[in-house]
Amino acid sequence: MKCWDPRIEEMPREDLQRMQYKLLKSLVYRLYSFSLFYHNRMKEQKVHPDDIHKLSDVHKLPFMFKRDLRDNYPDKIFTATKDELVRYHVSSGTTGKPTVVGYTQNDLDNWSTSLARGLTSIGLGRGDVIQVSYGYGLFTGGLGMHYGAERIGATVLPTSVGNTERQIELMQDLGATAIACTPSYLLHIGEVAEKMGVNIKKDTQLRTGILGAEPWTEGMRNRIQEWLGICAYDIYGTSELSGPMFTECAEQKGFHIWSDIALVEIIDPKTGESLETGEKGELTITILQKEALPMIRYRIGDITTMEEDVCACGRTHPRIQRIQGRVDDMLIIRGINVFPSQIEYALMAIPEVGEHFQIEVTRKGALDDMLVRVELNKESFSDKINDLMLVRQKVEHRLRNSLNVNVDIELVEAGSLPRFEGKSKKVIDKRSM
Amino acid sequence: MDMKKYVIRQISIFSENRPGRLAAIAHALGEEKINILAFSIAEANGFGVVRALVDHPEKAHDKLQSLGFNIAFTDVIAVHMKDQPGGLYEVAKILGDAGINIEYSYAYSGKEGAVLILRVDQVDDAIKKIKTSGATLLERSVFH
Repeated sequence: MKCWDPRIEEMPREDLQRMQYKLLKSLVYRLYSFSLFYHNRMKEQKVHPDDIHKLSDVHKLPFMFKRDLRDNYPDKIFTATKDELVRYHVSSGTTGKPTVVGYTQNDLDNWSTSLARGLTSIGLGRGDVIQVSYGYGLFTGGLGMHYGAERIGATVLPTSVGNTERQIELMQDLGATAIACTPSYLLHIGEVAEKMGVNIKKDTQLRTGILGAEPWTEGMRNRIQEWLGICAYDIYGTSELSGPMFTECAEQKGFHIWSDIALVEIIDPKTGESLETGEKGELTITILQKEALPMIRYRIGDITTMEEDVCACGRTHPRIQRIQGRVDDMLIIRGINVFPSQIEYALMAIPEVGEHFQIEVTRKGALDDMLVRVELNKESFSDKINDLMLVRQKVEHRLRNSLNVNVDIELVEAGSLPRFEGKSKKVIDKRSM
Repeated sequence: MDMKKYVIRQISIFSENRPGRLAAIAHALGEEKINILAFSIAEANGFGVVRALVDHPEKAHDKLQSLGFNIAFTDVIAVHMKDQPGGLYEVAKILGDAGINIEYSYAYSGKEGAVLILRVDQVDDAIKKIKTSGATLLERSVFH
């Protein structure tokens, strides 16, 4: 299988690890010297850059969490100056407060390089037309994929999300050979195409799907591949790592995590201890080459396993498996991360309703629908239907603004929702994947 | 003119739009020996408002509240109508001509004739206009 950069991608593991150690060492020295945030973190942990003697000494370093970005909103832990920054991306945070990621030119280059390797590994290159149907804008999906696709010399069709019929027309007219979007959006495209009388298998040149930003299963992969006549590949990334970054290769056996870009650990989410290769645990990533917003031992919250054997494709870099769950209660609705705590936070600012809520997620056709039940406060009950409709609308608008996803609101009687200890059970997920 | 005696206390109850809610309300009122004289249900997306005139509004309020219902009092007025074609028109015309807007309304036809229950934005104005036009307003003592 053709490689974008065979020297790195097929480098023996020992050499890769030596490279990782050097990169880690210089990263830690740099942060200890130039980042007050990280300097303090290391002091608290009683670890000094001189304590890092070998790659496995990464375990001595402190963890980073999403809340570190939130607490330092917007850019307090950036280690690049405004002069060096070339882009921002912003994602919604766990409590409604967004997190901001900054990029230097080198950060963007590494991101594109990572994707260039991945896209090449699934057989894409010059002559391919890649339809990017991830959202363009503050979300990392659209622009990230865009530059990755340009890097390999493919032609980008930047359709972004929405206006599905037009997407299908353009797919046909411009001969898109690949599409990058969420798996559920691709299913939606398939359904709309059928209604338009377009058979994706026969009437288009589409043969590859690069699908991610939400959890999906092997069952869904089989269905998509069979129904649409394409090969569907999983892609992984989060804005904190840069964006969608790591794809499967043609073997479809997990994401290759490029060792010169990222150091992966799988840890026990309760104890923080490293787990053996193949054991299921929390994915923890150190981005070895990141200038604007270094991430060291960042605990993303995704549960998966790691494989370290050399892949059948010849690439020596470790692979992580499909994400199997979350450490917290995050939901992914139409590719957008939604935390129940965000809903709680938004509801607290609306006096007309109580703080108890229940989320019901369903999938109508291929798209997710989220219904939030909230209790109308006794004092806010009005005899006028119109007043009640306004309350409903207000809650709907507030939640939509803070979650960036459409929600339906159902007003229910005060005291009628089940009260639970703890955070789970507030979510009824009826989606069957 | 003592207008207060024409202002009737309606109870309004918030209800989820699901089976058994009306039965729960009616059962509670029955238990307390509260008689429902008139009532209506307004429905919206996923919820409804049950409105009722009862013989003991305070007792009904306390009972339903103790059961966890969202309940409120709303001032309404009741106008006597002729129980014959054109009866409703006579009353509606008075309000229309006076520029008084009806927020909602429901009616019943009983032993003492037909009665139109009205929720209007300006209650005092409506009472004055209806009185001067010669129509008959029912006093609150008729109900409770």
